[in-house]
Parts: sequence; C-alpha cells; structure tokens
Amino acid sequence: MKQQYEIVVGLEVHLHIATATKAFCGCKNEFGLKPNSGVCPVCMGFPGSLPVLNEKYLEYAVKTALALNCKISDKMKFDRKNYFYPDLPKNYQISQYDMPLSEAGLLEIIAKDAAPKKIRIKRVHMEEDAGKLLHEEDNITRVDFNRSGTPLLEIVTEPDINSPEEAYAYLLTLKNLLEYLEVSDCDMEKGSLRCDANISIRPAGQAALGVKVEVKNMNSFKGVRAALEYEQKRQESLAQDNEKIIQETRLWDSDKKITQPMRTKEEAHDYRYFPDPDLVPFEIDPALIKKIKNNMPQLPAEKKKQIIKDYGISEYDAGILISDKAMAEYFLKCAQSYNQPKIIANWIISEILKYLNSKNMEFRYFDLPPAHLTDMLKMMDSGKISGKIAKDVLSDMITSKKSPQDIVKEKGLLQISDETELRAVIKAVLRQHAQVTKDYKSGKEAALSFLVGQAMKATKGKANPGMVNKLLKEEMGNI
Amino acid sequence: MENKIKTDDIKYVAELARIKLSEKEAGVLSAQLNDILEYINKLNKLDTTNTEPMSHALNMTNVFRKDEVMPSLTQQDALKNVPDGKDGFFRVPKVI
Ligand SMILES: [Zn+2]
Repeated sequence: MKQQYEIVVGLEVHLHIATATKAFCGCKNEFGLKPNSGVCPVCMGFPGSLPVLNEKYLEYAVKTALALNCKISDKMKFDRKNYFYPDLPKNYQISQYDMPLSEAGLLEIIAKDAAPKKIRIKRVHMEEDAGKLLHEEDNITRVDFNRSGTPLLEIVTEPDINSPEEAYAYLLTLKNLLEYLEVSDCDMEKGSLRCDANISIRPAGQAALGVKVEVKNMNSFKGVRAALEYEQKRQESLAQDNEKIIQETRLWDSDKKITQPMRTKEEAHDYRYFPDPDLVPFEIDPALIKKIKNNMPQLPAEKKKQIIKDYGISEYDAGILISDKAMAEYFLKCAQSYNQPKIIANWIISEILKYLNSKNMEFRYFDLPPAHLTDMLKMMDSGKISGKIAKDVLSDMITSKKSPQDIVKEKGLLQISDETELRAVIKAVLRQHAQVTKDYKSGKEAALSFLVGQAMKATKGKANPGMVNKLLKEEMGNI
Repeated sequence: MENKIKTDDIKYVAELARIKLSEKEAGVLSAQLNDILEYINKLNKLDTTNTEPMSHALNMTNVFRKDEVMPSLTQQDALKNVPDGKDGFFRVPKVI
C-alpha cells in the first residue's frame, strides 16, 4: 500500500507597520518617495548615530500581539543580527532574539470545508526592514535605502498548519484581523505583508518532524498555497522513491509554478546575535497594555457574533461579511436605515460582490452610498420595482451615481401592478402561444414558467411577477 | 590552561566578519584572545548569587521618541560619498 504522508507547515509573516516615521529615526515611513530621499545617518548606519525607539511602533506592536492572544513580555530588548548584504547598511539588522516583545499566541482559522482550528503563534517580535534592491541592469544592483529602518513585526506560527488550504486560510484570517487593527495597510503589492514558509512531511501518524525546507519568494496568498502544494508533491515523491529530502531554502517561481533551490552560496546561518548596546532594554508598562486593551477596536470574530446575534444573519453569510472590514461596515450602515438585514446581506453577498469580483476591485473602493442601496431595496419591498428591474437599477446606480428614484423615474421602470393593464398583456401572450397553453392545461406544469417569462419580456421586466402568475392561471381557466 | 579559542575558530569568525587573515595572524589573534578570555574569566570567581542579570551596561530602560517626522538627508547629500551612484541610487556589483 502507498504510504500516506502528512505535511507540517510553519509560516513567518513580515508585516510592515504604518507609523508616520521609521522604527528608530525620524525619517518618513512612506512608500514611493524619491529613491534615497527618506534616509538619515541612523537608518544608513553612519558611525556615531544613535537609534531611539518610536513609541507608536511599540504601541502598534503590543496591539497586534494582544489581538493575536499573545503574552506580552515584561521585559524585552533589541539584538543585532549580523550579516552582510548590500541592502543592510549597518551590516546588522536590529531585531529581537531571546527577549522578544511577545510569545505564545493563538489564531483561530476556518479552512475551506473544514472545522475551526486554532493555530498557535510562537512569537511576535519587532525588527527593522532592510533597504530595497533593484536588479534591472546587467551586472549592477541598485540600492534604495528608503525602506531601511522601517518598522516590521515578524509573526511566527508553531508548525500547526497541515495543508496548503490551512496556510491560505491562516493568511486570510491574519490579514483580516490586521485590517481591523489598522496597524498596517497590509498591501502585498507594496510588500507590506510578506510570507515565508517552512514545510516538511512525515508518514501519517508519526510524531517526529521531517526535514524542513524553507520556501521564499511568494508574492501573494494564492502563491503561498500553490508553492506549498508543489512542495508537498515534490517531497512526497522523493519520499516514495526513498530519496533524501535536503534541508535547504527554495524559491517559488510564480511563472513556472515550481520551487527551485536558492543559488546563492549557503553559508552556515550564524548571525552572531548580541544585545544592541545602542538601545536600552524595555520594560513594558502594564498600564500601557491595559490602555491598549481598552481601546481595542471590535475584532472580526466579535463582529461576526454581533452580526449573527443582532441581525439574524447566518453563520456562513456573517463569515463572508466580516471577511472584509469595509464590507462589514457597509452592511452595518445599510442595516441602520432598512430593517431587512437578511435582504441587505443577500444583495451585498450576491450582487455587489459579483460586481466587485468582475472588476477585480476591493470593497473599500466601492463608492455606492449605502442609502442608494437601501432606497432601492425599499422600492423593491413596496412593489414599486420588480426584483429583476432592481438588479438593473443597481448596476445603473453604480455606474451613473444617480439615486434609484431618479433612475426609475427617468427610465420608466415602475413595476406594473395594474390589473387591467396586465390582463391585456397576458391575453396577448396566451393568444400567441396557444400550443403552450394547451400543454399547460394537459398537465405540463413547466409551461407556466415559460408563459410567465413571455409576459415579463412583453413588459420589459416591469410586470409584478406574483400578479402575472395569478392572472395567467385565471385567464387559462377561462379559455 | 589549554587554548579555548583555536585557530580554526578565529578563521571562522574572520570569515563571517569578512576579515582576511594570514595563518600567522590567526595564530597571534587566537593567543591574544585566549589571554583576554583568561583575564575576563576572573569575573567568574565573583559571587553573583544576589546580583540580577542585566542585558545593558546602563541602568536605564524605556527611552522613546515621539512618532514625529524629522528632516531627512537630501538625496544629494545621501549619495555624496558614494563611489558609484546614478539616478538617485547606490550602485553595487550585482548580487543575485
Ligand atoms: Zn532615518
């Protein structure tokens, strides 16, 4: 029988923190400045310069660690991680080694078609980012130090993740949580959120971990999932053939959809960490922790409970609504002015999301005023427009920015509920489709929906469908 | 006392620190470092039972800066001493 394997994954996320200034100096912490214009002696590592910790950075770091249910350390310090690379002007990175900000957290995830699972967070620590290297020219690497010294958090999980799908769910859940915290813009394209993975496999049921491979260079969550899927297959097939899995770092190639060994010479990773003498140790004040806890915004898990409890939305739909902070806020705003939350949720989840997906647009850029949506839903509710017309009005509102009242008025879309008018339409339909009418009367139920469709078509979708149904049956009874 | 730091240790650290040493220099340095270690070792004889460990020479904690923007260098100044710079960038031999 073929041996079954289990995969074991740990993820390391580097999160860029959106303070106004860098971690240890007053340079702007901003993306897109002119190259090397947001730098100073501290973040360029000039001799004699002195780094001083940004208090907001610590505050945001504590906030994030608390939201991840971590234990905040009483004391922490910064260490120097020593290595040579052109993006690192000091030849060391200020990081945290044995006394990090926080440890032992938890994040609950729900992977696709799976039950909730708690992923343990090993640690969340503070460290500065390096500069940016550009390799566009032959034989030359260009260096921009604007990113050098910007604040990061490294969020490391325990090896609790057992499938590429779980890794994907973890990243989505983490990003969602971070959006609610407002400590980072979480923009992967700008590199504000980067993820490396450690993956190994072991025969199912075995406790000892297998040989660990580090995978880097994934630039999207889907990329992480794809890289892990590839790596799982690669390692399993090596194991099936009794070949050795080598401990190494591999890079994901998103074009070829494969991982490849990193080509730079693998030096022994010996970073010679030692306490940074330029930075004094920190005692994290319990009062600060308390203050941050008290000002913590409502987090996604809590918001989900609220939406289920206060608005009677299903667990599944509530999960979709909170998966994007902007969408949850939009729903709550609409629910304030229209007392049919389920209808609102349905329209957001089906129609609006469908529209945004087709435009590949994020919800936060969706600018339809909530009042326009709820006004339109009210018009549908009171029978002024039909459900079919409502969909047209929605797309019209999105593009023209007009109110639903104006659109309905200008285009004459009011629903036809006038019995005399509808009866005339129906009679005409029955005359045109005498054979179908006969089919219906001889027991072919499906013929009715065809006839309803014809009546709707004749009125350009404006007929009240309930009345059409009723009148059709009446009229056919008279024939 | 036997040599705690061997010539190989010296060579390894020198390589990590990108320092080129001759065989002779490595030998001299290992002897010197061993002397230093031996001297420092005297500290181990002190009774530190009631002394709290510290990670910094200064008895000071929690030095912060407000999150306020301060002027940076101009691009021109940042690149003033650079051996190879162009279009606002530092240029180094290709590293990938
Ligand atoms: Zn700076």
